Amino acid sequence: MTFDLLSRRSLLKGTAAGVAAASFGFPGALRAATNVTIGIVYVGPKDDFGWNQAHAVSIGALKATPGVKIIEEENVPETAAVAKSMESMINLEGANLILATSFGYFNPFMVDVAKKYSKVTLRHAAPLWEKGKHPDNAGSYFGYLDQAHFVNGVAAGLSTKSNKIGFVAAKPISSVLRNINSVLWGARSVNPNATVQVIFTGDWALPVREAEAANALIGAGCDVLTCHVDSPKVVIETAERRGIKSLGHNASQASLAPKGFITGAEYKWETIYKIFADAIAKGQPVPNVVFGGYDKDMVRNTAFGAGADAAARKAAEAAIADLKANKPILKGPVKDNKGNVVLPNASYDNFDRVLDGMNFLADGVVGSIT
Amino acid sequence: MEPGSAFFMVLMAMIGGAIRVSTPFLFVALGEMITERAGRINLGLEGTLVLGAMSAYATSYQTGSPWLGVLVAGLAGMGMGMLHATICRLPKVNDIAVGIALMLFGTGIAFFFGKPYIQPSAPRLPSIPLGGWSDNPQVVEALKINPLFIIGIALAFFLAWALKNTRAGLILRVTGDSEVAARALGHSVGLVRLAATGFGGFLAGVGGAFLSLYYPGSWNEGLSSGQGLMAVALVIFARWHPIRCMLAALLFGAAGAIGPALQSIGITQGYYFFNAAPYILTLFLMIGSAGSKKALRDAPGELSLTR
Repeated sequence: MTFDLLSRRSLLKGTAAGVAAASFGFPGALRAATNVTIGIVYVGPKDDFGWNQAHAVSIGALKATPGVKIIEEENVPETAAVAKSMESMINLEGANLILATSFGYFNPFMVDVAKKYSKVTLRHAAPLWEKGKHPDNAGSYFGYLDQAHFVNGVAAGLSTKSNKIGFVAAKPISSVLRNINSVLWGARSVNPNATVQVIFTGDWALPVREAEAANALIGAGCDVLTCHVDSPKVVIETAERRGIKSLGHNASQASLAPKGFITGAEYKWETIYKIFADAIAKGQPVPNVVFGGYDKDMVRNTAFGAGADAAARKAAEAAIADLKANKPILKGPVKDNKGNVVLPNASYDNFDRVLDGMNFLADGVVGSIT
Repeated sequence: MEPGSAFFMVLMAMIGGAIRVSTPFLFVALGEMITERAGRINLGLEGTLVLGAMSAYATSYQTGSPWLGVLVAGLAGMGMGMLHATICRLPKVNDIAVGIALMLFGTGIAFFFGKPYIQPSAPRLPSIPLGGWSDNPQVVEALKINPLFIIGIALAFFLAWALKNTRAGLILRVTGDSEVAARALGHSVGLVRLAATGFGGFLAGVGGAFLSLYYPGSWNEGLSSGQGLMAVALVIFARWHPIRCMLAALLFGAAGAIGPALQSIGITQGYYFFNAAPYILTLFLMIGSAGSKKALRDAPGELSLTR
């Protein structure tokens, strides 16, 4: 098997070099250095109503930009397969910017490819790159979606009658925990009696278990449902069928719940992708780390659905204005749901690095990480 | 046991889970049981299930009739089953290897043709509310039953009767137990297996239709998380008997509801363990049941597992 792969890879390389020499050998000057070929790798289908769709929609905004060529590959697993995808984008399609959009692509696959192809720029959609530790041609970009989830929480806090908000979560990693806590903090900022009940399914895409979890939360009395899984379609549709309200995640799910949709937390990747494309087109270096929240227009909330009443809309819009002005959302000291003080300061900046590694469920969340 | 207590909630969630989650297992297991009773193993049913789910969703979306979707899913599954049987008739072909190939083929073409149907919402199968007598919302919810579930249960009893009491059942059993005897009686072994594998594929396709048209009720590429493969294991654990297949499917569905239900009442520690409950349960039951002498006696004689 290994032998096969090696020989095939070297064959591909050889062919690529040959084709490149044949086609660009003489009219090479026609291929101006300002042209950008962006290779983007997705872990799932790009119309999944979730994470991958959020990226695909944003990259679509770049397709019209002159001089930018987009190559996409879907359903690439977080294995050696992604390294091969990236290499073939570089060797066969001449990609000079690679966007790796899934968490597990980074180490070792993207780091290794970055070492091998030092002239190609590679960027990864999660806060993992560190200067000095990882190659200089690699880097990270991410949006602080927790801010949009905070807005979700504000709207949910005024929408719930049972004061129970249900949250279907995939895995207890820091970004998921932060979104859960942000929904709670948002809800508590307008409704001190609100609680968030969380069910972990254990993986990013388990439609049957997500439906079971949604039903169990509704059975436990939750009347607003949200989630952090790869494709929120099942959770939102289940909430709509059972006649309760829902909050989206990652991309717009408004069309799935015409009656109960309140709003949703969405990335605005195109802001970041435009920064990248502009820098390359101007021949400037692409920043290694790009991140931001509402302040830099990198996250947004889905347009309000029929589930959002006037009070919820007003409060959510006020929260968005505060976030744009960079007002801190977190007022400490913060306790976890076991009663320990985990964040002792009175206030935290929205981008404080301490918050990046969040590893607790806040007081008011019903659930457990283990 | 007053309604509202935590125990009652988990119990209702398990009953509801058995009804909601078990149907695909039930259909795939019954189909595989018939195929294996004819002396062949079709491991490709996972692919058939996914293909069924996709074609049902696509048909329901295009025509607006979910029941037509169920029929098309069954026919697509039947095609896959008959393809398996036809390839296996060639000399020196291993049915397990063909099954694995068809599993990959089925999921592959389902993903290929299913692309345009991930986004739209198709009409779903209706459910029959049988919990109207109760004013407890959980009971009402748990007893919303899909007609396919009822058909599956009835089918299990029918197959149990038919295997024992009909001429077709006898021919099927003879073919599965001894090719030589079947030939001596003048039956075409290949034809019987073609029919049995086609029937198995039909049921697996219908099981897939349940996934995409009822619960969880949408089509995407991660829809089946190995239900087709688990159902094949259930057949062995049920020792090739339709009623036991049904019980195994129900048990598996109920066990699957434990994890989310316990988390919803506040027992949140160790959810990874509770989510694994169905698999742990199946493992123990299989060790318990497959080790007995009875298990060997129940296995069809021509099955490549036992031969």
